[in-house]
Amino acid sequence: MGKFFTSVRLKEDLCMGCINCIKRCPTQAIRVRNQKAVITKEFCIDCGECIRICPHHAKEATYDSPEIMKKFEYTVALPAPSLYGQFNHLEDVNIVLTALKKMGFDDVFEVSGAAELVSEMSRKYVAEHKEKWPIISTACPSVVRLIQVRFPNLIEHLLPICAPVDMAASMAKDKAMEKTGLPREKIGIIFISPCPAKMTAVKSPIGIDHSEIDGVLAIKEVYPILLPLMKQSIDDVEELGISGRIGIGWGSTGGEAGSLLTDNYLAADGIENVIKVLEDLEDQKFDQLEFIELNSCAGGCVGGVLTVENPYLAKVKLIRLRKYLPVSRSHLASGVAEENFWTDEVNYEPVFKLGKDMNESIANMSRVEELCEKFPRLDCGSCGAPTCKALAEDIVRGVAKEQDCIHILRDYIHKLSEEMSKLDRLI
Amino acid sequence: MSNTIHMSYEVPANDFTRAGEASSSLKSSLKKMGVNPEIVRKVAIAMYEGEINMVIHATGGKIDVVISPEEIEMVLKDQGPGIADIELAMQAGYSTAPDNIRNLGFGAGMGLPNMKKYSDEFNIESTVGVGTTVTMKVKM
Repeated sequence: MGKFFTSVRLKEDLCMGCINCIKRCPTQAIRVRNQKAVITKEFCIDCGECIRICPHHAKEATYDSPEIMKKFEYTVALPAPSLYGQFNHLEDVNIVLTALKKMGFDDVFEVSGAAELVSEMSRKYVAEHKEKWPIISTACPSVVRLIQVRFPNLIEHLLPICAPVDMAASMAKDKAMEKTGLPREKIGIIFISPCPAKMTAVKSPIGIDHSEIDGVLAIKEVYPILLPLMKQSIDDVEELGISGRIGIGWGSTGGEAGSLLTDNYLAADGIENVIKVLEDLEDQKFDQLEFIELNSCAGGCVGGVLTVENPYLAKVKLIRLRKYLPVSRSHLASGVAEENFWTDEVNYEPVFKLGKDMNESIANMSRVEELCEKFPRLDCGSCGAPTCKALAEDIVRGVAKEQDCIHILRDYIHKLSEEMSKLDRLI
Repeated sequence: MSNTIHMSYEVPANDFTRAGEASSSLKSSLKKMGVNPEIVRKVAIAMYEGEINMVIHATGGKIDVVISPEEIEMVLKDQGPGIADIELAMQAGYSTAPDNIRNLGFGAGMGLPNMKKYSDEFNIESTVGVGTTVTMKVKM
């Protein structure tokens, strides 16, 4: 897979070429060209904001269909903790887990179980690496990608531990291989995901060489399948859960940071807020903190675009569900921690550069400033770029022209028609 | 004259909600220009500290930035009260910020020392009753 796989796609026939998505995109990755939105994949961080805002439902996330289960001899479902927040009056996660088996999975492995192990590893890592404070959470793939392309000075603060889903995948695969004797490729590890960014993390992982996840299903597609199966499961619930309060808490904002058992942390959610925190962090405005948890979606993973429930209601449901659970039910066995640190170095990927060297950059930046002076600074979006400045940058990079600005075009036509009438009088 | 670009920013008086806008705008431009991240960091911190000083101690001011392939020069000029004893003001921990400013988490007396620390060349000129001009250069 290429370095810049993204899972957000455009359904061209539904796109009206309006300006909603270009205005909402936090990385200015979208332009409207020839009445259709175009996503620049180098800039896209898979936050899903464009999917949320598009009134014509022309943006979609790529994920697998449940049919993918048929490709494997043995399958394991990896439910994200946010899945449990989707159901009304759920008192026992085992009902959901049993229903997943009834759906056709041979086994289930709770991502929240692995999350408890990540919490345990993180507590130790944070305590032992004061020089890297504040340490930034790496569970949200959109945040990690954003830091990689836009906040190079913060890369060294990233927590170099596999995300719970990746840890769950490798543990589930090992467990299944041991249990069935089947080779690796005949076992399908399928993640039930709240967001498209996780799909991207599978196809082009950061910090690790490859992911053991073989397929990703959307919570919103699994949800209607599970509802009737959950009713059927109530009378013969299997004990499949392996997580407690800490693990399930990871499903909404503050859960991961809270699991570090310190109050010296910050937890921010919603991509615009995340960017603000990263900007301030880069200017060293809060170097006293131990840990920073960042989630691209408002509310945390329960706010993912592939979920069905209102994120704040889902959060309440998770709190209720956790209430009588033990603090933690999964604990690190020896040797597990060593295998779940990042193996690959994360490097800065400057996706946006105005020139190949400083001389060219300075010349191009001057041209951008000049163009900005010409534009009306209305940021109307009619040219297809989100702001006048973005249009100026596009022109300098050779992917747009001045007349794309309707105000410049209007003046141009005005001038032309004046000259035409002058000519007319001459004849 | 080598290839340069000039940018200027107005720092508004007494508006804390806008303090930091100039440094963050410069930071974004430098990143787009492909300036080394470590240099961007130095410039952003030095300029942010200066900008905050202009809001706290002076009645705003003007920042002129000149970027060349060799260096980034920032000139921060205000018409504030001026600094009587520059040597004292440069000492880490010394601050004349009032309590209401300290309550906001500013006024730790690290502004000027940090500006000096993060710039490769640092010059400050001040006249009481006239104003202060700080010139900082960060080499590429």
